[in-house]
Amino acid sequence: MTLPLTFSTPSPTDHVWSVGQLSASVRRLIESHPMPLWVRGEVVQVKVWSSGHWYFTLRDKKSQVKCCMWKMYAERGGRPPADGTEVFVLAKPALYEEKGEFQLSVTRIIPTSAMGRQQQELERVKSVLQKDGLFDLSRKRQVPSYASTVALVTSPDGAAIHDVVTVTRKRWPCARILVAGARVQGEGAVSELVRALSLVNRIPGLDVCIVGRGGGGREDLAAFNTEAVCRALAAVRVPTISAVGHEIDISLTDLVADVRAATPSAAAELAVSDRRDVLRLVDDLSVRLAAGLSGRTRLGRSRLARTADRLHAGVEAVLDSRRNLTDRLAAQLDALSPLRVLGRGYAVPMSEAGRVLKRRADFVPSESFRLRVADGDVRARVE
Amino acid sequence: MAKTGTGPSLTPPIGDELARLEEIVRKLEADDVELDAALALFEEGVARLRAARERLVAAELKVQVVLEEADGDIRLTDLDA
Repeated sequence: MTLPLTFSTPSPTDHVWSVGQLSASVRRLIESHPMPLWVRGEVVQVKVWSSGHWYFTLRDKKSQVKCCMWKMYAERGGRPPADGTEVFVLAKPALYEEKGEFQLSVTRIIPTSAMGRQQQELERVKSVLQKDGLFDLSRKRQVPSYASTVALVTSPDGAAIHDVVTVTRKRWPCARILVAGARVQGEGAVSELVRALSLVNRIPGLDVCIVGRGGGGREDLAAFNTEAVCRALAAVRVPTISAVGHEIDISLTDLVADVRAATPSAAAELAVSDRRDVLRLVDDLSVRLAAGLSGRTRLGRSRLARTADRLHAGVEAVLDSRRNLTDRLAAQLDALSPLRVLGRGYAVPMSEAGRVLKRRADFVPSESFRLRVADGDVRARVE
Repeated sequence: MAKTGTGPSLTPPIGDELARLEEIVRKLEADDVELDAALALFEEGVARLRAARERLVAAELKVQVVLEEADGDIRLTDLDA
């Protein structure tokens, strides 16, 4: 039941709240804040219960607030802080209904002194990596247009894997995602991330590598700011996308990777094409292919027609030339013909056997012979 | 060497397919290709387009986990949905 929180009801007869109803409503109001907050204060009255939960009070000069840290978070935190330690806590406001107590439900505790050390370490690593050129724009590689095998270095239990798979399935289901699992925060995260990144380098046929995690506070990103992880990322032999899932803070892996994505979902969008775009490209290529062949055959037909015309003309020209040659040769032959000499009044004496009689000795007295003149033969006899 | 029960596909990457298709279309669009070569290119293009479309439509995302075995080899296993 949700009761409206109003403070203007004048009469107890109008409506009466039970304490439980009031506490439940106040609790909902307080706990409706969606994001955890970082709160700074001094830890006092630390109690570690046998259940594993921690209870303490956080105070400053003006106020104090009770805090609880459930076992699952307390275990990650190592040892409880000593009384009097100045800390940052990551917490959500809550109400302990049974006692009507406002409290903070804490998920992380970082001593302010450690925060200072972490900042110093971050600056050191950044400076070393920068000096070694790991942030240089000149070493940035392009993500291939049609990546088909994508390595994903992240926690096998985290949200990043789900986000990357969902986006990739929607955009580019031809892809293969290879998950190299690693813890992404807490103890062991750095060595597991380094190992997973080196494992990626041994996968054949890889196109791109995404490294990242879902959201998290700045502290949760610590592993992504370490020198070892940054150097392992720089050594990955395919283009890399860093998706540490924190839009406000930039991790050092964001600077080392070839591309930075704000979230794992955005990384998946950068890593793979959209199938719909590629299908449109395929359709366009189909149209161009058909048009290309059609144009080519039209060109072929027109070339063929032109070639036939030229062939015909060529044959005609050859024939003409041959005809002229024949006529010329005929005229020359005609000019050389002995018959043309006979036409001018000469005669050729020939024996009855058809031999030309050229000398006196060829003529035998009283034998007949023939005289070949222009228009025929004349019979004659030697005297 | 990776041990993979379901290793990398033997089909060429889709990017290579699309690049070859683009090359075929460009050649056909140019005027200097012989007719019989043009026909051969067209046939190759049609086959590649059909294969590319089938790949794009029928594909199903595969998610695998990379594991390192005791002997140092890597093994890929399908991730349970």
